[in-house]
Amino acid sequence: MSTDHVQKLWEIGPTMAELTPHSKLLGIKFVAVDKGRATLSLPYNPELIGDPKTRVIHGGAVTTLLDQACGLATLAGFDQPTSCATLNLSIDYMRAAKPGETIIAQAHCYKTTKHVAFLRAIAHDGDETDPIATAQATFMATGPRPKDSKTW
Amino acid sequence: MVTETDLIRALEKIPYAKSLGLKPLLIGEEFTLVMPYQDTNIGNPALPALHGGAISGLLEMAAIVQLYIANEGTGLSKPIGINVDYLRRGKPQDTYARALIFKQGSRVANVRVRAWQEDYDKPIAAMHGHYLNPKAAED
Repeated sequence: MSTDHVQKLWEIGPTMAELTPHSKLLGIKFVAVDKGRATLSLPYNPELIGDPKTRVIHGGAVTTLLDQACGLATLAGFDQPTSCATLNLSIDYMRAAKPGETIIAQAHCYKTTKHVAFLRAIAHDGDETDPIATAQATFMATGPRPKDSKTW
Repeated sequence: MVTETDLIRALEKIPYAKSLGLKPLLIGEEFTLVMPYQDTNIGNPALPALHGGAISGLLEMAAIVQLYIANEGTGLSKPIGINVDYLRRGKPQDTYARALIFKQGSRVANVRVRAWQEDYDKPIAAMHGHYLNPKAAED
């Protein structure tokens, strides 16, 4: 892993995370990227409400935020620049997101092989020990094939 | 009995469903949720491909609406856990989803959902999930 690769993700990460059309629709924000790790946020947006009675954000929007964070962590986990696609995303919803609060998603790509990246992620609204949702995901490299497997 | 008009009205009140552009179709007892193509559901403009999150949003909403029909419109079920498999790239075109309730328990329902585009037998994604019934969620 070259530091240049992660440095480059710091430069293009905000564009990727915020200007991808569907991310832009939701209002996803770039927070940080590091080797095999990415953090994104989703400020409260009334257009994403899933239950008009409680004004809680729909699970699908939390899924999208986690998917996007996992995608960025995957790119930061492979040893060279590539593109990726989600293979599987498994999410447990621990509790409803608090209306009005920004949701933060932290993704960790803990292992990559030549083709596949393995990730864990959590979504919370300020307190990591009180998650809204936790996720486990696998992604596939769709661009240049990474040369080696890595563990972060 | 929940009608298509009921579903249209229910979805109109859910901002997230409007953001994705979801449209319900009810033919007899068969419910299909449609996500007509819109630029704002793109996740990879280079390919182009729909965002995995938009596809998941469609699947999750299809499960919730199917349960809404089963519960005769008595409230919205809450997700406990979902597992989504992405099988093919979501092309920039209309996407459909149909859900099957595998088991309806007194508190929890198990639902499986398929999403496809031009060919039902070539699904682009599949999901299974557990949902807390609306009545159980109130307890």
